Amino acid sequence: MRALPSSRLFWIGLAAFLVAMALPLYVSGYVLGLLTVAYYTAVFAMSWDLLFGFAGEVNFGPTFLIGVGAYTAGILDAQFSPGISVYLCIVAGAFAAVVGGVVLALPALRVSGPYFGLTTLVAVLMLQNFVIVAASLTGGEIGLAVPDVLSIDATTNYWIAFVFMAVSGAILYGLSVSPIGLILQASGQDKVQAGALGFNVTKHKLAAFIVSAFFSGLAGALMVFYMGTASVGTFIDVAVAVQIIIAAVIGGRRTVIGAAIGAIFLIGMGELLRPLGELATLIVSVIALAVILFFPDGFVGMLRGGAKA
Amino acid sequence: MTDVRNAPMLEVTNLTKRFGGLVAVKNLSFSIRPGEILGLIGPNGSGKSTAMKSIIGVERPSAGSVKLDGEELAGLPSHRIARKGVGLVFQHSRPLARQTVLENIKVALLPDKLTRVFADKDVDGKARAIAGRVGLSGVLDRKPPTLAFADLRRLELAKAIARHPKLVLVDEPFAGLTASEVADFSDLIREFRDEGCAVLLVDHNVKSVSALVDRVLAMYLGEWIAEGTAAEVMQNETVRRVYLGGALVSTARPESSFSDKSPALQVENVGVTYGKALALQDVSLHVHEGEFVSLVGLNGAGKTTLFNAISGLVPHTGEIKWAGAPLRGGTPAQIARSGIVQCPETRELFGDMNVRENLDLGGNALDDKERTERLEWMFDLFPILKARQTQLSRTLSGGEQQMLAIARALMMKPKLLILDEPTLGLAPVILETLSKALDRLRETSDITVLLGEQNVTFALPHADRVYVLDHAKIVWEGPPDRFEAEAAEHYL
Repeated sequence: MRALPSSRLFWIGLAAFLVAMALPLYVSGYVLGLLTVAYYTAVFAMSWDLLFGFAGEVNFGPTFLIGVGAYTAGILDAQFSPGISVYLCIVAGAFAAVVGGVVLALPALRVSGPYFGLTTLVAVLMLQNFVIVAASLTGGEIGLAVPDVLSIDATTNYWIAFVFMAVSGAILYGLSVSPIGLILQASGQDKVQAGALGFNVTKHKLAAFIVSAFFSGLAGALMVFYMGTASVGTFIDVAVAVQIIIAAVIGGRRTVIGAAIGAIFLIGMGELLRPLGELATLIVSVIALAVILFFPDGFVGMLRGGAKA
Repeated sequence: MTDVRNAPMLEVTNLTKRFGGLVAVKNLSFSIRPGEILGLIGPNGSGKSTAMKSIIGVERPSAGSVKLDGEELAGLPSHRIARKGVGLVFQHSRPLARQTVLENIKVALLPDKLTRVFADKDVDGKARAIAGRVGLSGVLDRKPPTLAFADLRRLELAKAIARHPKLVLVDEPFAGLTASEVADFSDLIREFRDEGCAVLLVDHNVKSVSALVDRVLAMYLGEWIAEGTAAEVMQNETVRRVYLGGALVSTARPESSFSDKSPALQVENVGVTYGKALALQDVSLHVHEGEFVSLVGLNGAGKTTLFNAISGLVPHTGEIKWAGAPLRGGTPAQIARSGIVQCPETRELFGDMNVRENLDLGGNALDDKERTERLEWMFDLFPILKARQTQLSRTLSGGEQQMLAIARALMMKPKLLILDEPTLGLAPVILETLSKALDRLRETSDITVLLGEQNVTFALPHADRVYVLDHAKIVWEGPPDRFEAEAAEHYL
């Protein structure tokens, strides 16, 4: 009985995987480009879910980590290209996001409740202002043009994003069901009790933050070299952060995989409804609201619920 | 050999914990030997919980020493203390709701390591063995939200056992359990003792732990007041005074002196459950118009729950009638407008508004003239509030805040004022001021008061009649002067 929902999820996952593999054969480069962005966003959302769903910390600033990763990689490339490898820039971006994450998490984890979220939100605004003020380095409001890209071929870019998402998803999901994920959940739910059971709550939450920062920064850096440009509006703006959070919540928080589904859904819906103009945003928002109100466990919750009934 | 056995396992010396100016625990010293069960008791606000939290490291002791097997624990973070062999059985548990009982027990068996991506193979077997020991074998694959209350407590116990503690702290071991469950839990706690653990039970009174403990230590206002066997502590003069009050000057008016034929407030067979915990069971009481009734019970007995049921804040079974008409179906706001005003234990002042604004909000429904008169009367009752009118209410002292809370409730011109633990956390000198205000209220107005208290010294002198609430049930009813003789056993 208990294996049923998870096995059903497994089959759905396998089917989705096969469809994603076959897609480049059938769809246009435009759709592949869209999915490429959706896959990177999926990694943002999964990283966020590890922090919120498991460690119980609402990070309102996922774009702080993403932005640090994206801009570090982009600036390095813009300054030193062609003397620097794109891959070195990407690794540096991920590393910078981890450092930024630790710098943010150490003070932020000392405060509790809504203050953690506020601290992360302020970090986003600070980064955004820094990018705008230091325009000579960052390209400011116009954006940063990056001389190199990963590939000019849409299919190659699609594969890079897809494999990256699949590997990140596997690692993040594996982590969430491992003993570490259990301890994180226990810490998120009742940190006094987790402490009384001998677990160092701060250490575990910091580790979750580092992992979240690593994948966010890596995804941000990869996306810069896919797009060939970095701008505040795509990587740092609070609206981006809100989209990531909504993606994770409507997909099903505390599932990791749900966050990826939510992200692909949001980006896909946004595109499908694009002919409707401003109305599209409204429709997507209404759908998101309905899911949050009626299916608090999101899409994955719906799938599991269906299996049980 | 016997020397080693008799060396204390836990040795607490001059433990002190201050919160700002408040000294919650003052120079507390005690020790527990291996294989011994000590009961730490004290009424609400006595500092027993703070003492327990200071031992496990949830609170950092301000001064003093806590030694386990000679090793200093004071000042360490709680996870380090836990790993040195201190286990805590929580009263309220928040287990992982999406994991099974078995997985919840496994969590407690995991090491505090970030490198351990896979659990050890023997974890499963160990978890099952522990589940068997506490009687959870039948529900291993269920998820905590579907469990009965007692099973949730068993799960807490299982998690504590999993850490192989040398010292086990149990917070209110029997709260919310039925008699047969209490017997089961007592056996489980005795197993800790038989294994040579030192056990500390923290509870409100001697009665609840007397069958289990080897020794009892009683605390009051942060200090040690008595120690000995359960019987000795129950006979101790200081303990009796703390729990039962001293010699009583009763000014109770006999019930027959109230002229109304059917009481203004009638509570009939009311029951309330919180999820799985039984909070009130078949409670009936009545209050006449103009009568002062005290509902006496220890923390957790169900006083606040009953008040919330009357105010329409929690769903209940049974019937509550006010002025002859049933209250069921009314919203909390309608009930408040019908004249029943509750002054909650938590005071719920508007902290960032000043005293005058809080009072004006209370008198919001009155017209200007009436409100001014009411304010005058209030300042007459609590002169200190007049002087503090422009002060923000969160900057008031605890006693002043309590007076303001009562005054604000009175501004609503209640017919029935429900006071929930007004003395909570207040110094004795403030109690006297409150006491006088209540006396004046009784002499100069026709208000009806239902007072919930665990501080008997405060509750009895103001009461015309007393009910004792114990473990969700009314166990005694009578005039205050018969309380010590007849109801003390429910209370000590």
